[in-house]
Amino acid sequence: MDGGDLVGALAIGFAAGIVSGMVGVGGGVLFVPGLVLFLDVSQLRAESTSLLAIVLVALVGAWRQRGYDNVRVRDGLVVGLLSPVGVVVGTGLANAVSERVLELSFAAVQLYFAWQLAQRARRSAEG
Amino acid sequence: MSSRLARLAVIATGAGAFSGLFGVGGGTIIVPLLILWLGYEEREATGTSLAAIVVIAAMAAAAQGLYGNVDVGKAVLIGIPAVGGVVAGTALQQRVSSRVVAGCFAVLLVVSAILLVV
Repeated sequence: MDGGDLVGALAIGFAAGIVSGMVGVGGGVLFVPGLVLFLDVSQLRAESTSLLAIVLVALVGAWRQRGYDNVRVRDGLVVGLLSPVGVVVGTGLANAVSERVLELSFAAVQLYFAWQLAQRARRSAEG
Repeated sequence: MSSRLARLAVIATGAGAFSGLFGVGGGTIIVPLLILWLGYEEREATGTSLAAIVVIAAMAAAAQGLYGNVDVGKAVLIGIPAVGGVVAGTALQQRVSSRVVAGCFAVLLVVSAILLVV
């Protein structure tokens, strides 16, 4: 890792935080490419490492949003606590498929997310 | 089981699978479905989604940790600037139209998707 890579990783981390706060996601959609492109991590390790960074960011984000009175805590906890079946299936699958399949499907997720953001931008332009 | 709880359970399972498979929090599933199925207003959906993501990502990180895939040092390295970003992002969300920011991120995502694949 050289200085440029470090700056890149820090910048994409900051950008992930902003998108997290603004649109209510964990930021993984930027953490993963940041880890792969700047910190030389494999796709599977990047996805796994991203999850840990997300915990930190979502915790602070939820706390801030709570201050703005935007969090229905009970529903949020219900969704969190009912997720383990999905989590086990998802992590099992991620470890079963090849790196290339993970890369391609992750890129598809990014494009889907970009499309969602574009829709949102268009809606708020109309509204 | 009430239909409301059933809907939350479906959202939870979908978000959990997405999170475990792609290393994301699952907000991209949670936010639109809270709005569509449970009548949430947008900011409330994003805030509630973040709360759910804390739990989901913690469980998914633990599961990937059991496979030996988590690099704690690098998670901290990329996570610390993100904490600064999220404080700025939530404050921005209360004040400005998200249009320009959403557009910029859409472009950033397309670029990084291309870089990942090639």
